Order: sequence, then structure tokens, then C-alpha cells
Amino acid sequence: MIECKDVHKYYGDYHALRGIDLTINAGEFFSLLGPSGCGKTTLLRTIAGFEDISSGAVLIDAKHMENVPANQRPTNMVFQSYAIFPHLTVAQNVAFGLRRDPRSKEEKAKLVDEALTMVGLKGYGARAAHALSGGQRQRVALARALILKPKVLLLDEPLSALDRKMREQMQVELIKLQRQVGITFVLVTHDQEEALVMSDRIAVMFDGQIAQLDGPEALYARPATRRVADFIGVMNFLPATILSEAGGIVTAEVPGLGTVELPERQISRANPDDTAPTIGFRPETMTLVIGGQTHNQPRETEATIDEVVYYGDMTYYDLRLDDGAGGKTKPVRISMRNVFGRDVQEVGTRAKLAWSPGSLVLFR
Amino acid sequence: MKGGGLLRSYAVLYLLFLYAPIILLPLFAFNSGTIIAFPLRGFTTDWFAQMWGNATLRRALFNSLTIAVSASVLATCLGIFAARASTRFNFPGKGGMMGFIMLPMVLPEIIVAMSLLVVLLGAGIKLSILTVIVGHTLMCMPYAIAVLSTAFSSLDKSLEEAAYDLGETKWSAFRLITLPLVMPGIVSSLLISFTISLDEFIIAFFLAGNEPTLPTYIFSQLRFPKQIPMIMALGTVLVALSIVLLAMGEYFRRRGNARMGSSASGGLL
Repeated sequence: MIECKDVHKYYGDYHALRGIDLTINAGEFFSLLGPSGCGKTTLLRTIAGFEDISSGAVLIDAKHMENVPANQRPTNMVFQSYAIFPHLTVAQNVAFGLRRDPRSKEEKAKLVDEALTMVGLKGYGARAAHALSGGQRQRVALARALILKPKVLLLDEPLSALDRKMREQMQVELIKLQRQVGITFVLVTHDQEEALVMSDRIAVMFDGQIAQLDGPEALYARPATRRVADFIGVMNFLPATILSEAGGIVTAEVPGLGTVELPERQISRANPDDTAPTIGFRPETMTLVIGGQTHNQPRETEATIDEVVYYGDMTYYDLRLDDGAGGKTKPVRISMRNVFGRDVQEVGTRAKLAWSPGSLVLFR
Repeated sequence: MKGGGLLRSYAVLYLLFLYAPIILLPLFAFNSGTIIAFPLRGFTTDWFAQMWGNATLRRALFNSLTIAVSASVLATCLGIFAARASTRFNFPGKGGMMGFIMLPMVLPEIIVAMSLLVVLLGAGIKLSILTVIVGHTLMCMPYAIAVLSTAFSSLDKSLEEAAYDLGETKWSAFRLITLPLVMPGIVSSLLISFTISLDEFIIAFFLAGNEPTLPTYIFSQLRFPKQIPMIMALGTVLVALSIVLLAMGEYFRRRGNARMGSSASGGLL
């Protein structure tokens, strides 16, 4: 559906996009995720046609977009600010794209009604657009873009201006809407949670390049680089020493965890961040053994609780693991659900940490 | 609060000093005595009638209106280009260029008037209403740009992009979206420029040749004590007109802000 081939974009001397190769499938919910300044919005705007590319090619539906301006591309955009026309009514806003459409007034009015119903704003047509709330503006922007039945809907941080509750509600509604209309959605966001919740596939971008392109689960469980791992959720890192490598299995020594054997699928070799081997693991994959509770993790390590952060449903523990040589590792973060019978532990307590080699990732 | 009384009386005195002379204008304009002095004699509207019957004054009024309308339209049109360019685009030399355009606001007017006169005479251009229009356009530009820049900069850049994205051309996006949204600013700019031009004296005095404008006419009549009550009447009309125009300008600016959903802040007044 959308193909980017070696797309480069310069702003003067600044190299904003550094060779983007990307294929977005028809009907897919695709996200461009990255910190601010990583080039994700620039990439979206090149797809929309608001920015010229310096070299490379953008194809939509196998058609070259080089000489196709934004107003003739089969894409429509939902802007970060929503860009609702404040001097028009809701219905006039939604109908704006139909101005050059030859259909009759009645047909257009029907289309507007349908679009407003689809986004849950039935009966809002006569209202002044500037009097709407943030969430309602967002819906108007969606209806206005979708009424033209574009092949691709581009969304530039559409939820960043909403409060947390509203944002979570809109995430679910956007997924439903995307399934209902079947249009390809391309979302730009800096919120990793949002990307994980909504997307079929995610491209993580740093410094104008795609660092990893994967589905949400693969991205979370098997980050390609330490930087991706750090950006998506929380990951603990401990230095490792590689002892041997045979038949695709790497044996490594990790202070605090001991000797571990890791198969190929737990090893990320594309690691430009640094050359020193590092073991990474997510906070929720390990278990703090509290009050003799049972667990099914095969290995245990002695540790001291360094810090306790209580979140209501969860408690975060920062632990220093005994490194086996009489010393302690730097703190690692473990999260525990606060279920019945599991008391929150105190700082300074000695505790057992249970874990599985299968939840570790080796970056080398 | 201690010292509050002192500050309050200072504020009152300040306002009195500022506005008392202006209040004297209508007072003497409706006074039947020919001498500008208290006590007042009686009520009359003769001075207004005399003013209306004066052919030179009518000519001056006509000239002034022609100049003010032309200069305000010109300054506003040029101001739209400058304000849009400076708020939407970044280009080399932008700061310097805008600085030079805004300079007449702080430059002594007499210097502007003198140098314009030298240039016009040097170029062999005959002094007329036209030359005054050119001069006034120059003087009004900074004010027009100040007002219009506020209007343009409070405009979300993605509004035009959204219209373009929805199938409009760049020009129709400007016409359908930007123009209506900055219209209050345009009206405000027109009114402020009109007011500035209407009572501008120095440039009109230097560049008008033999043509009278209202301020130069008033100045020329001050020598004749008999004419002074009539000038008071004329001054009253001008003050009333200025207040009405500036109030209208401010009203449109605030309405524009309200329509954009932002609060009235900044601006000229």
C-alpha cells in the first residue's frame, strides 16, 4: 500500500530522514514510534505530501508520489492540533472536503450525518466548532478526514492533547473505527504504550532511521537494541561475560544471576549501541518471593531491597543482587502485583528473587 | 495598603492632565462666546454650522478622507503580505527586513517627512495628495503589521494545511480558511491606519503642496482668533470620530480572538 524506498530528507545541513525503507500493508494499523526529533512526523508529512523528499521514493498503491501534491494524494490527515476550522460549524467542517464533489446537497448532508454518527457525534452538526471539547474536536477531525474515503489515514499524535482517561477511551475507539472502515491507518506517536495498544506493526525510529520494525509483542519481548529496549517499557541491564558459544547456544556469566545458557532466539546481535555484552530483562518477568509463596521459576538469587515504590495495584522494588563474590550489583527494578496475601516489603529486607533464563535477552 | 492613597491620587492627576484638554474641546465648541475662556456664555451649535459652510474646510476634509482611505487600504494590503510572510516562513534576512519595515514607528516623523520631500523633489515628482498617500502608507505600515501579525500568528499553521489536504488549492485554502479568520485583524488594521492618517500633520504639511488636509488646515487657522471656536468644533468631531474608529478596531480584534477561542491578549490597545 505505502512503500518508502531509501527516503532521505535534509533541512539545510540537518539530515532529518536517513534512508527510510518501509512497506505498510493495506488495512494495517501502523505506528511510527520514537522520541521527539526522531523524524517520525517528518516521515508522516512526506507520505502526506506536505514535505518534499531529498532523495528516494514514496509510492502509494504502487504509484509514484513524486509529482503528486498533498491535495491530490489518496491520503488524509488528522493533525496534532486537530486543525478544526473555528469559524465553521461541525457539519461545515466535516463537509469541507466535499466542496468539489459533484453530488447533490442532500447526498452530501447524508454523508456528513453518517460520518458524524460513525465517530459518535450524531446530532452535533449545527454546533459551532470552536465550542467543542478536545475529545469532540478529535472526533470531528476524524469524521472530516474519513468522509473522503482515503486509502490511507495519517494521524499525527492525535491523542497527545487529551487527558489520560480520554486518551485510553479514544485508543479503543480508534482501533474499532479502523476495523470498521478497513482503511490503512498510519499513526505517529511518542507514547510507547499507545503504540503497543493500537498497532498491528510498529516502526521504532531514532535519529532519522528505523531501529526496529516489528509487531508489538516481538518488539516488547525481543527488542533489537538496548536503545529500543529502553524506549519501550522498562528493561534492566546487567553486564555479562561470554564464556563459550556452541551450536547457536551462548553460555554467559552474569554477576548476580550466575551462569546462563541462552539459545539463538534470546540473542540480539544487531547492537550498535555498545560492544560490551549486556543481559536485559523486564521488571515483571521476575518474582520477589514474599512470605514463602510458591512460584514456578527455576532459579533463585539472594538480594537486598534497596527501594520500594508503591503504585496501588503494583509495587516496584529496586533490588541489589548478591554477585557471588561478596559484593552487590547495581539496583534492578522488579514489579509485583499487589494481590491478596502479598504484603509490601520494607527497604533493607533480605529477599529471594526467582527468575527464569528464558526471560533474559542478551545484547552483544 | 500603605501608600495606596498616594498612588491613587497620582493616577487621578495623570488622567486629568491627559484628558482635561480634550474635554475642553467640546466644551468650547458648544459655547456661544467667541473667546476661549471661562465662564461659558451659552449653548450654541453655530460653530458646527459655520464649519460645514466653509468651502476650504470641506476641501480639506475631502482630501483627508481620500488620503486616509487610500493609505489605510494600501498599508493593510501590504501589511497582509508582510505579516503572513513573517509569521509563516523563515527566510534569510527576515529579522532585518521586518526591522526596517517597523522602523518608521520609532523614527522621528520630521526626519521621515524631510527625507521623503528631498527624494520626491529630487525625482521631479509634483507634490499632491498622491505623495501624502505614499508618505502615510509608510507611516501606517508598522501599525498595520503589528495588528496583522497578531492575527496571523495566533492562527494555527495546520489549518491551511488541513484545507489543502482536503482537496483545496493553496489559494482557495487561504481564501476559505485564513482570510475569514484574520478578517477581524484586517478590519482593525484598516481602522487604526485610517485614524493615524486622518490626524497626521508633519508628512501632510511637507508633502501636500498646496492641497489642505484637515490637520494642516486647522494649523493654518489657529492664527485667526475668530476661527478658533470653529476649530474647536472641528476638533470635537475629529475626537469623536477617532474614538469611534479605535473602539471599532478593538471590538473587531477581540471578537476575532473570541472566535479563535483565545483570550484577548497583546495587540495594540
